[in-house]
Amino acid sequence: MDVLGTRVDPSSEGYIQNRDGMLALLGQLDDALAQARAGGGEKYVQRHRDRGRLLPRERVELLLDRDSPFLELSSLTAYGTEYHVGGSGVSGIGVVSGVECLIGASDPTVKGGATNPFGLKRALRSMEIAMENRLPLINLTESAGADLPKQAEIFVPGGETFRNLTRMSAARVPTLSLVFGPSTAGGAYVPGMSDYTVMVRDQARVYLGGPPLVKMATGEDADEESLGGAEMHSTTSGVSDYLAEDELDAIRIGRQIVAHLNWRKLGPGPSLPADEPVHDPEDLLGIGSVDVRVPFDVREVIARITDGSRFEEFKPRYGKTLVTGWASIHGYPVGILGNNGILFSPESQKGAQFIQLCNQRDIPLVFLQNITGFMVGTAYEQGGIVKDGAKLINAVANSKVPHFTIMIGASYGAGNYGMCGRAYGPRFLFTWPNHRIAVMGPQQLAGVMSIVAENAAKKAGAAFDHDAAKAMQDAFQAEIESQSTAFYATARLWDDGIIDPRDTRTVLGLALSAAHTNEVKGTPGYGVFRM
Amino acid sequence: MPEPRPITKLLVANRGEIACRVMRTARAMGIATVAVCSDPDRDATHVREADEAVALGGAAASESYLVVDKLLDAARRTGADAVHPGYGFLAENAAFAQACADAGLVFVGPSPEVIAAMGDKLRAKELMERAGVPVLRSVAVTGEEVPSLDGVPFPVLVKASAGGGGKGMRIVREPSELADAVAAARREAASAFGDDTVFIEPYVERPRHIEVQILGDAHGTVLHFGERECSIQRRYQKVIEEAPSPLVDDELRARLTSAAIDGAKALGYTNAGTVEFIATQGGEFFFLEVNTRLQVEHPVSELVWRLDDAETEPVDLVRLQLLVAMGRPLPFAQDDLELVGHAIEARLYAEDPASGFLPATGTLALWEPAVLPGVRFDAGVHTGFEVGVNYDPLLAKVIAHAGSRTEAALLLARALDATRVHGVTTNRSFLSAALRHPSFLSGDLHTGFIDEHGLAAARPLGEEALLVSVAAAALAGVHARRRAGALPVPASVPSGWRNNRSQPQRIAFDVPGREEPADAGYWLRRDGVWEVSLDERVAEVRVRAWPGQDEALDLDVDGIRRRAHVHADGDMRYVDSPLGAIALRERPRFPVAGQEEVAGGLQAPMPGNVLQVAVAEGDEVAKGDLLVILEAMKMEHRIAAPFDGTVTEVRVAQGQQVDADAVLVVLEAAGEAQAP
Repeated sequence: MDVLGTRVDPSSEGYIQNRDGMLALLGQLDDALAQARAGGGEKYVQRHRDRGRLLPRERVELLLDRDSPFLELSSLTAYGTEYHVGGSGVSGIGVVSGVECLIGASDPTVKGGATNPFGLKRALRSMEIAMENRLPLINLTESAGADLPKQAEIFVPGGETFRNLTRMSAARVPTLSLVFGPSTAGGAYVPGMSDYTVMVRDQARVYLGGPPLVKMATGEDADEESLGGAEMHSTTSGVSDYLAEDELDAIRIGRQIVAHLNWRKLGPGPSLPADEPVHDPEDLLGIGSVDVRVPFDVREVIARITDGSRFEEFKPRYGKTLVTGWASIHGYPVGILGNNGILFSPESQKGAQFIQLCNQRDIPLVFLQNITGFMVGTAYEQGGIVKDGAKLINAVANSKVPHFTIMIGASYGAGNYGMCGRAYGPRFLFTWPNHRIAVMGPQQLAGVMSIVAENAAKKAGAAFDHDAAKAMQDAFQAEIESQSTAFYATARLWDDGIIDPRDTRTVLGLALSAAHTNEVKGTPGYGVFRM
Repeated sequence: MPEPRPITKLLVANRGEIACRVMRTARAMGIATVAVCSDPDRDATHVREADEAVALGGAAASESYLVVDKLLDAARRTGADAVHPGYGFLAENAAFAQACADAGLVFVGPSPEVIAAMGDKLRAKELMERAGVPVLRSVAVTGEEVPSLDGVPFPVLVKASAGGGGKGMRIVREPSELADAVAAARREAASAFGDDTVFIEPYVERPRHIEVQILGDAHGTVLHFGERECSIQRRYQKVIEEAPSPLVDDELRARLTSAAIDGAKALGYTNAGTVEFIATQGGEFFFLEVNTRLQVEHPVSELVWRLDDAETEPVDLVRLQLLVAMGRPLPFAQDDLELVGHAIEARLYAEDPASGFLPATGTLALWEPAVLPGVRFDAGVHTGFEVGVNYDPLLAKVIAHAGSRTEAALLLARALDATRVHGVTTNRSFLSAALRHPSFLSGDLHTGFIDEHGLAAARPLGEEALLVSVAAAALAGVHARRRAGALPVPASVPSGWRNNRSQPQRIAFDVPGREEPADAGYWLRRDGVWEVSLDERVAEVRVRAWPGQDEALDLDVDGIRRRAHVHADGDMRYVDSPLGAIALRERPRFPVAGQEEVAGGLQAPMPGNVLQVAVAEGDEVAKGDLLVILEAMKMEHRIAAPFDGTVTEVRVAQGQQVDADAVLVVLEAAGEAQAP
């Protein structure tokens, strides 16, 4: 297989600018992640520690096998919103007793670990990942329940949590609940609906209604331990399967449960040499354009994420703005689609064909998305760009092999769909910090709005104030800019997280490995291709 | 003149390194070898190395290696025609030598008569005095009465008549202490040798121990192999021996050796023997005793005495013993022997110098002698060997030969340091520290050397050594798990990778001599450098593992590269590096059901036999009062009350066998008692 060459010049101005810009963005990413890790802040962290309890990330770290990686997902949930960064919890994929699991932990230092609308989205997304990839789900619970002032945004969608738990169980995906503290009211159904439940003595509190609610409802005076203590549930109600003496014991028991799941991955293991790329991934900082309007060759990215920088390009001379071909990442065979410009009809057809081939061969697909859209204009519309774009979207939408999307630059317009954006259900979607996402570029969008307004004014015979329009256009463009950033997008779970470009290969390796826990099989059929 | 009588099959009535040593020469001479073994020794090294081995049954020496009938039966059943007794056990037992002769077996040693004469130390002294050898006057104690010392000045030494190796030996500085010391010495002597005769002699201050190796044949020739100095002793037992002695010049050597030879000739001595002297710092010497056997420390003589016509070939004393036993004349004359260079031997024991040289037990998780030119190992162990309670805990003798004394000392220290020995506590670092001690190097020796220089103190590894060792153990674990394919994710993914790192990987080890466990953090940076943190220190560590050498790691810690070896055995991590050896116990990540720890419980320091229980439940005791006497490794260990208090529980009875750390007595400190 061909080893890709490189034309990257680390001394070039563009490289240096990109690198400086990317490092600044990575600095912002680090700050944001630090906020997420800080939980509810020093005061609440200290209070939690003073109770002799472990922090959620400490629980997760202890649960994980030594030396195993942990791919945190949706780390910056709610970034820049009124809610705490991270959505009062932690979620990610890690190895427990030799099994890749989806681990979720509530953060009791943030409003007692109460679920807020963003935290709920994060939890639901992680359950979706667990189900799709057949990853055992482990919940580390210590939560005050729903953030009651926000109940309107939580109550109705929140019901899915419990539905998912039992559906996972039905699908033979194990669910574990380790209860470290309160898990009450609706939250009681998390342990209640899990396959295995461990409760920590003197800490776990699991009941539908606490003492005040019981008093209100029936007049009964009940204490917390009798209503929902760990010992009661382990000896009397049977809601708890294991009584843990303390937190460490609960984690130890959780690890033992997983060790006895008799778990086997259904997908094939890595089958190709997993040598490092020939070209230094460090260069990715200088390759990815900080200004997404500046194009860069996606092959330079491929050369820094595939095993040995190997890439067998498919149809290299046809539809050149969409690069397609085969490679392997950490030993897993993959088909890669990467943008080198706008999608035209030949690119759309090429992409659709390539996706079909990978489905015939059960090869997972990696989309390196840097797309400003499908080509517009009379010639292209008359050439059937809609028809060809539809072919690509048909192929993407109906493909059944696992998809992995990395947003490495722009993601504008229907290009987002054709290149397997969020709505197309990639198993995992990660972004680089320079990434921009919107229906179109902010400049175009503001310009289009301005033209529409001017036309409307003309139609109405009204005078058009160009200065005022310009001011409005600028303001609108600025607003769109701010809503197009990687940080804005990741806060809203449009992706599974922003990654350091240098980690792209590692992240893809872990995502591939997780996806191979489930069967890897192409689709037997597609929708009707409009020919 | 005896008939020459060939030996074709030799039974070695011993165990450990000396059995291996004797069999090595026998093999080289074309003689078949028969080992004998007790039950715990069924898989011992000397059994593995023998052509045939006979199980004697029993565990204690008194049930196995000391049972004459069993040994003779073993010789008969295997068709052995000779018996080598080694040292210790029956080596100086005249009755055994006689029994061998009666059974038609060649006994490799002196005649029963000579053994008997020399075994009685008082008689030996008289005989030697008559032969003109200088002696110290002494007084024998045979009954309960302590005799008047008749002008012998204090301090005095109380010694078992039948003894050796320091058993039943006491220094007494005040007349008032004499009675107790004599009683204790008699008790030990009776238990160790079955003869409670002791004697009292003047005690020489800062004495040196000098001995002369002799070897006589049945044709009237007695050769000497110069002197050895064995002044470095602990508990009256030699630990470092050398030849020649730095005290002895040619003139003194001539006097010593001629005294020894005169004595030997007067006795009609045949085979190997050692004439031991006590010497003053001024070079005055007095006869102590004759050991009618091959000495533990014989290799230093072998290495420094060379034959003129074969300069590179050291002398083999066991070969000469066997030749003499066959009735052959010694194959060379005194003039053919030449003293070449200097040799030093260190006895590597399973024992803990810091706790009074208490013998240690356990399984040798690793035994890998250093390979260095000029260094000889006489070992009696192998990896996996069980060091038990029944026998002397000598693992190996390490002997270095070099052109000068200083070179030999440094070479030997290095050989000790570079030897990988794990699983049991050893005196290794004590030995190498003694060898490198300036006073040792300057030859300023005496039998109190170890105490004078405080050499028995524990020497914990320094901070840097601990950091390097912990980093090596942690990162070797990372490599081992990676090799084992323990993770379901591709092994090519960086170890412990995080996209949102909140803390490093943690690993904790129990460190000998350190109260708190070493709780280390480590993580692999993007640039391939590990950051290892321990206590307040954070180090940058680069690792290189060597394919095919699973235990070797090159660790560059903050710019200094060192080769470390990490041997994993269960939860133990045995780390050897240029900074020292350490046994780390990896702590479980999660607590496991705890072992019994009794508050105020007094535990057995080692496995042993309860000789006496001096208290009963309810007894009030004062600090220092005797609670229990434990007998282990043939030594009495007194367990005394560490504080004033009340005995609340006695968990053992006289005669009971106990394991190390078994709770013997539970003591409640005075003032701690609570109202019922």
